[in-house]
Amino acid sequence: MLAYILRRLGQSVLVMAAVSLISFSLFNFVGDPVNNMVGQEATREDRVRIRQELGLDDPIFIQYFRFVSNAVKGEFGLSYRVRRPVDVLIKERLPATLELVAVSAVIALVVGICAGVYTGIRRDGWLSKTILSTSLVGVSLPTFIIGIGLIYLFAVTLRWLPSSGRAGVVELGWWKTSFLTVDGWRSIILPALTLSLFQLTMVLRLVRSEMLEVMQTDYIKFARARGLSERSINFVHALKNTLVPVITIIGINIGGLIAFSVITETVFQWPGTGLMFIQAVDFADVPIMAAYLCFVALVFVVVNLIVDLLYVTIDPRIRIAGR
Amino acid sequence: MSELLEIENLDVDFVTRRGTIHAAKNVSITVTAGEVLGLVGESGAGKSTIGNAVIDLLEPPGQVSAGSIRFNGEELRGKTDDQMRHIRGDRIGMIFQDPQTSLNPLLRIGEQLTETIRKTKGVSQSVALANAEELLESVGISEARARLKSYPHQFSGGMRQRVVIALALAGDPDLIIADEPTTALDVSVQAQILDLIRGLCKSRNLGVIIVTHDIGVIANIADRVAVMFRGNIVETGDVGQILGNPQHEYTKSLIAAVPRPDKRLHRFNSVDYIDGTAGGDSALNRIDINSHWLGRKSQLQQTATMQSKEVSAIAVKDLSIAFKLQGAILKRNRRMLQAVDQVSFAIASGESFGLVGESGSGKSTVARLIAGLLTPDSGSVELVGTNVLGKQKDPQIKAARLNLQMIFQDPYSSLNGRLRVLDIVAEPIRFYKQSDNEKHTRQLVYDLLEHVGLGKDAALRYPHEFSGGQRQRISIARALASRPRILICDEPTSALDVSIQAQILNLLKDLQDELGLTLLFISHDLPVIRQMCDRVAVMRNGAICEIAATEELFNNPQHEYSKHLLGLMPRMDVIG
Amino acid sequence: MLAPLIAPFDPFDPAQISLWDGKLAPAWVDGGQPQYLLGTDNQGRDMLSTILYGGRLSILVGLAAVALGMVLGVTLGVLSGYFGGVTDAIIMRIADVQLTIPGILLAILINGIGRTLLPLEMREEFAIWVVIIAIGLTDWPQFARVARGATLVESQKEYVQAARVIGLPQRLIILRHVLPNTLRPVLVIATIGLALAIISEATLSFLGQGIPPTTPSLGTLIRVGNEFLFSGLWWITFFPAIALVVLVFAVNLLGDWMRDALNPKLR
Repeated sequence: MLAYILRRLGQSVLVMAAVSLISFSLFNFVGDPVNNMVGQEATREDRVRIRQELGLDDPIFIQYFRFVSNAVKGEFGLSYRVRRPVDVLIKERLPATLELVAVSAVIALVVGICAGVYTGIRRDGWLSKTILSTSLVGVSLPTFIIGIGLIYLFAVTLRWLPSSGRAGVVELGWWKTSFLTVDGWRSIILPALTLSLFQLTMVLRLVRSEMLEVMQTDYIKFARARGLSERSINFVHALKNTLVPVITIIGINIGGLIAFSVITETVFQWPGTGLMFIQAVDFADVPIMAAYLCFVALVFVVVNLIVDLLYVTIDPRIRIAGR
Repeated sequence: MSELLEIENLDVDFVTRRGTIHAAKNVSITVTAGEVLGLVGESGAGKSTIGNAVIDLLEPPGQVSAGSIRFNGEELRGKTDDQMRHIRGDRIGMIFQDPQTSLNPLLRIGEQLTETIRKTKGVSQSVALANAEELLESVGISEARARLKSYPHQFSGGMRQRVVIALALAGDPDLIIADEPTTALDVSVQAQILDLIRGLCKSRNLGVIIVTHDIGVIANIADRVAVMFRGNIVETGDVGQILGNPQHEYTKSLIAAVPRPDKRLHRFNSVDYIDGTAGGDSALNRIDINSHWLGRKSQLQQTATMQSKEVSAIAVKDLSIAFKLQGAILKRNRRMLQAVDQVSFAIASGESFGLVGESGSGKSTVARLIAGLLTPDSGSVELVGTNVLGKQKDPQIKAARLNLQMIFQDPYSSLNGRLRVLDIVAEPIRFYKQSDNEKHTRQLVYDLLEHVGLGKDAALRYPHEFSGGQRQRISIARALASRPRILICDEPTSALDVSIQAQILNLLKDLQDELGLTLLFISHDLPVIRQMCDRVAVMRNGAICEIAATEELFNNPQHEYSKHLLGLMPRMDVIG
Repeated sequence: MLAPLIAPFDPFDPAQISLWDGKLAPAWVDGGQPQYLLGTDNQGRDMLSTILYGGRLSILVGLAAVALGMVLGVTLGVLSGYFGGVTDAIIMRIADVQLTIPGILLAILINGIGRTLLPLEMREEFAIWVVIIAIGLTDWPQFARVARGATLVESQKEYVQAARVIGLPQRLIILRHVLPNTLRPVLVIATIGLALAIISEATLSFLGQGIPPTTPSLGTLIRVGNEFLFSGLWWITFFPAIALVVLVFAVNLLGDWMRDALNPKLR
């Protein structure tokens, strides 16, 4: 089992190395970094001096090594646009994004799994059919349209909730949270709902199809033939087997939530890292783009590592085989 | 003696959009306590449907439309779901075919057993645990207490089936329905499981219904037999009477199709009761081999060395291959499986050579090594006197390989479903430009199809329109289209019903006679080997134990393992 | 596809556009004019015509992006599955790394880089191609995975082994036997992929990263309309959004139907 974990850990390091290589090559791809640092009026000598200071004349692998060792420490240099250290910028905006993603993930997983199990068991009930047809509409709704729709309904027409921004923030050290005030909750509810809806339908459909598949297996048939109660069959025998593939989806799900937080944050002007990233892309602000890329990959890798460990605890086959 | 289960005039229908399928028609059977009833029939006969109908677990849209099912004199039809739940497990136990899939992989054996025991008997957890331990011991699992904590994947196939039986017995039922309980198991394990079931039946005075397609299983375990054909019971009687003196035409042809373990027959006779489309071989327009394309030699094949009789068609020396079970960076940590270990044999031209062994013995791997589908770690393979290992582009090796063709086990995956039968069979003819023109190619395909017992109309249809036996005929036609000298048959009939098997084996025998083919015949089924082969090699764990002439092996086996295998063959002395 | 024939106006013909007709409400609402059935946008273009043209553009971009991703992914996936070993390891590791970065993010990134690399004056002209390439490059790992899985299953099947025993060359085995049998699951993925590609394009355009307002796609229209949402000009956002949802929904329905129709178990 230790070998299994170590192997997974090795793969994660490999992935991070590849992503850092991509981020690093962004610097060389997109424009000349010196041009981005200095103004038009800089002299030739200035430029050469800056090049040397930045180490841009060193061999490429040394530059990469320097980039990685800095990145491990969380340093990605200065933003081209606002001229402040990237790690400080990200640290400022990270709580907003993480809180948004966390609320959305809870909504998507709790509602998605419950509805998925329900529709998997009561295959022919009217409520199942309604949920299913709604979910097909759900996967057809682009996130930004959901956002606009919710804003129009709850902010413009009904005027119940704020349409944008992050209000009612309380500072806990450097972490600014919106969980402690009513205003904070009022402003997070629409973006979180928007972000979760698409993932929710995906989770729902997956859980349902897994559930249907498991219900067809021989061991469920055998459990029936032993006269076990429906409740035990559904919740002890079927659900546990359904969970194995569903856990994988949680990993992908978190990744998807972070990706789509870019859109949600734009629609709601939510001051998180996603909004920062979009603005960075607009201005070709490479340090921020590179840092954000590494950050997303890191979250993804860590989540997947946790998922792999969860697998081991749920499925004895891996636990034994990977010993 | 009162009847434990009485089924009277039972009809089971499957109502689909395309019409109603009558899976069982007017079925009447009875089972008494302490008796094993064999329910035998070929695939699609409706035998599993009966078992499912009794415990009211028919797959929708199946439903019982008429008749009665009385259990201990009590009518089961019309019981509510809740009432049935107290009959299932408590009074009627069920055993399914595949122990790999019958157990929940994520729950410990103990959890599955105690859950069932507590449900059926309403006892406390500690009583249930003690009970579970006793149960495991009674089905022959040692160290039962420790084994309760194991997960299903930690058991071998035979042990799992024992656990399944323990689960079926958990509620102390009066009746056990076993649906093909040994089909997924190896011969040696099969015998043990059958003994266990029969022993339990007698010691606990259970009624047992064994649903199977295998006459051998019936001969070994059943007291009485009911024969099913297309939803009907055609004949019921004592096992001796049914096997030794069958009355119904269908039963007769079914029994005749069973390969005899005790003596070699030239051909199987009168087995065409079922498959009307491809049965009576004599009625077909067979081609005249002496003048036809199929009988002439291909220019491409290497023939020079074939002239002398001394050269073997296939000669294999010290063949070995190992598969990696688990990769690791360090070599000593890798777990390897020696699938084939120093195998040597030679097959004379025109000979029929058998390779027999249980699953995992490496017999199919040998076939794949000879056919060039796998490359050995060491050793040599010679076809018609040419060493065919080495550069596969070498024209001499290519020419030698053209002498060999192969028939595979699974008739469903051995044909490309996207191509018409014409294109499947014509592929080697076209690729090697063995015909004068497209019209000639078509004519050749038609001839080949007719020769293997299919009409030429088959050419324009797709594989999924054919039954398993017909597909295997298409495979044979495709192999013949290369005009091979050597044919490797890898379990060619193990996926087929016994009557179809007899037809295909007859066809292979005829082709071998006509074309002077060299046959390498691979099977786990000793009776089939006896009917097909001149010489046999017995394989175990990748190595050959014994090579002997077939009759010699069956009459006087030398190696311990050969004796063991032969001892497991179903006793069929009842067949007249 | 039929947009030029059905549409009452040509949104790219300046002669038919007048700013005086800008921001008109739909025909049945007060202030609407009968010739503009769904009203006009801020530049005075007829909404109905613009939506028809924009929808056409969205479909074309989606199709092209999926085709790119499919060709790339299926080729790499089939090679990976058939040959295994080092080829497989390299291709699938690349796919794994790419899958760590969520699709839409990567599309934004590739699209952003693509735009920066182009000289300023060409950016508008080539914006559509950049979007297609960005989405197509994001898509391929899905196709590669499915094609590889199907190839692994198929190439173990006995008909492929039979073809090898006959002595057919590998190129012929892959093209004639393996590839056609892997297409079924790939096609199912392709329809879902098409829906996602249309959403991706709309999202890029909505974020202002995609197709410029001069040749509007549905996403661009919604972006433009969103600025006027608070001033009560709901129709500039509403109708393109509805059109987009209906379009994606139709493609998803098609995908669902194809999954059932191509599922051998259900036939």
